[in-house]
Amino acid sequence: MGNIRVVHYLNQFFAGIGGEDRADHRPEVREGVVGPGMAIKAGFKGQADIVATVICGDSYFGENTDEAKAEILEMIKKYEPDLLIAGPAFNAGRYGFACGTVADMVQKELNIPAITGMYEENPGVEMFRKSVYIISTKNSAAGMRDAVAKLVPLALKLVRGEEIGSAEEEGYIERGLRKNYFSDIRGSERAVDMLVKKLKGEEYETEYPMPAFDRVPPNPPIKDLSKATIGLVTSGGIVPKGNPDHIESSSASKYGKYDISAFDDLTAQTHETAHGGYDPVYANEDPDRVLPVDILRDLEKEGIIGKLHGYFYTTVGNGTAVASAKKFAEEFSQELKADGVDAVILTST
Amino acid sequence: MRLELGHIFIKDIQFGEETAVKDGILYVNKDELIKLVKEDDYLSRVDVELARPGESIRITPVKDVIEPRVKVEGPGGIFPGVMSKVTTVGSGKTNALKGCAVVTTGKIVGFQEGIIDMTGPGADYTPFSKLNNLVLVCEPREGLKQHDHERAVRLAGLKAANYLGHAAKDLEPDKVEVYETLPLIEGLERYKGLPRVAYVQMLQSQGLLHDTYVYGVDAKQIVPTILYPTETMDGAIISGNCVSACDKNTTYHHQNNPVIEDLYARHGKDFNFLGVIITNENVYLADKERSSDWTAKLVEYLSLDGVVISQEGFGNPDTDLIMNCRKIEEKGIKTVIITNEYAGRDGASQSLADAHVSADAVVTGGNSNEVIVLPKMDKVIGSLDYVETIAGGFDGGLSPDGSITVELQAITGATNELGFNKLTTKMI
Repeated sequence: MGNIRVVHYLNQFFAGIGGEDRADHRPEVREGVVGPGMAIKAGFKGQADIVATVICGDSYFGENTDEAKAEILEMIKKYEPDLLIAGPAFNAGRYGFACGTVADMVQKELNIPAITGMYEENPGVEMFRKSVYIISTKNSAAGMRDAVAKLVPLALKLVRGEEIGSAEEEGYIERGLRKNYFSDIRGSERAVDMLVKKLKGEEYETEYPMPAFDRVPPNPPIKDLSKATIGLVTSGGIVPKGNPDHIESSSASKYGKYDISAFDDLTAQTHETAHGGYDPVYANEDPDRVLPVDILRDLEKEGIIGKLHGYFYTTVGNGTAVASAKKFAEEFSQELKADGVDAVILTST
Repeated sequence: MRLELGHIFIKDIQFGEETAVKDGILYVNKDELIKLVKEDDYLSRVDVELARPGESIRITPVKDVIEPRVKVEGPGGIFPGVMSKVTTVGSGKTNALKGCAVVTTGKIVGFQEGIIDMTGPGADYTPFSKLNNLVLVCEPREGLKQHDHERAVRLAGLKAANYLGHAAKDLEPDKVEVYETLPLIEGLERYKGLPRVAYVQMLQSQGLLHDTYVYGVDAKQIVPTILYPTETMDGAIISGNCVSACDKNTTYHHQNNPVIEDLYARHGKDFNFLGVIITNENVYLADKERSSDWTAKLVEYLSLDGVVISQEGFGNPDTDLIMNCRKIEEKGIKTVIITNEYAGRDGASQSLADAHVSADAVVTGGNSNEVIVLPKMDKVIGSLDYVETIAGGFDGGLSPDGSITVELQAITGATNELGFNKLTTKMI
């Protein structure tokens, strides 16, 4: 295998094009090393070559993100790199956003590792630390030497697919990912030990610090239900009989959208639950118990609601990651809006 | 209440003419056992297989795991209210066959049963790979309803365990552990000056394959109450639940509750361990409010300084866990909670479905969404037909080469919330 091929991403300032007045600089690519690339190249001690440097102004990137991403991806792709290095961005917020975005995109689109560096307070950290390794840097370019010293060894490990050590060992910013490992002591003994310490007022370390919980304030009520289109969404796993899209019984990776325009009543012959987290007997006997199509048809006939939307959306809430649930809802709530749905009844189990 | 628990170490299990223990080997009369279990008309076919540590065997779909025990002296019998009269248990002498278990499998009841691998990477995650297992393969009568099917297999497992346990009745134990809890006032006098501690055990009680039984009572129907810790060692609590098998307590877990063991280990030294408060995890909000109110009330009434709270399950029960923790902390009583996590396959998501600042001392049994590849085993006891649809499985998880890709969720006992295992999670 030849030398590792690296593409480096820089903003207009670090590329020496100019400051804020040139922040609208459009993406360009130059062969070889530019600016801080020299220090990085030196750090690799001949094990990797920076084959090209992509440069983009921070304002241009921030204001035309989609176009900039597409242009930059094309530029990077041509050089068939093994690795992308972005920045470091130190404490520059818009540059941090650009570095994180480019690194994340390259990992997903080109399936190669990417790495960047930022100061811990850079807003880009919160946005990208879960998806991209971000070396912890000082808050200005004065920290370049220190940043390179950490960035190069981690970059090499990423390219070689070697095991990555802890944030502390490798010098990256804690990613906020939960990772399993085997302790030396069983959980019950750790719990009893923690309780003794807590009772004595001694220091102890919780194994899961409670997150700030994401609570959703309810929308204002519908003024006139008789004109409203009501949609049905459920995390209770109601699907057409046979679960045609194979929605998982737990940890769902997808949701389904199914036509109910022809149904006045869901029955054991037409629908069932795919959910593995509750007693399914009663939902299977009468799926309306989870997805109340029958009652909504009654209300429709009585004129209490305008109409029931023709499709329902469904997934399995059981063991499904919050991030997945959020992603599903972001997608289908746009569809519901576009379809003129005024309100949704969300049933859970 | 004082219990002497005799350990009889079992190093191997074999079929034999007579069911008996000789030189640490448990011999089982297969026909006699099958005949006994088949007395139940609900089961059309019963078979018995053996699975030992290190053998290339996969057992799935697993419903329950049970340790054979027998009452040697004292009132009542094992599994009171179910297999024995409902007499209060937990005192006298009990013998346990350590190092072996009864495992129940057979046609799936729900989406919900688990996997036990006896070797390979999956074996590291389940405590039951280290046991000499007698596997009861139970097939239901055609057309049997799910609730009846679940009950029939549950009772079959208990029956088989008591049948094997009986072989230990007249044996001299290899080791004896003595556990004792004094009546409340006596205990307070004896251990004056030590912090008062109890164990709050939350029992899964959400319906089919989510139920737990206390002296034969469905835990959905109980209000929080107090047990002597030794009652659980005689089978006062049994499992009727294995959905997302990683974090459901099998009957084996209840018999060998590690929180109780570890609280006893420091009882009288670091604190006075007063007893166990059991509560449930029902699906209705009113039930959740009532049970958590009552739990906090009992904790206050006992003038406790601290409690360990263990959860069973995830998602919906996360709300019960946080309610219990918050309401007890609000009374100025310190808590440590034991839970596990569903942080997504990449570990990037929020781990619990509820949270509160008062939950500031948490022990975790690991992220159940982590994915594992289980290589092909030479033998499957049960069936691979369900591995893509049980909780933790997914479409395409079963490869043509016989290996299975699943979340840890599907492995029986992998992320147990009694703190049975060493698996845990850290932030990276």
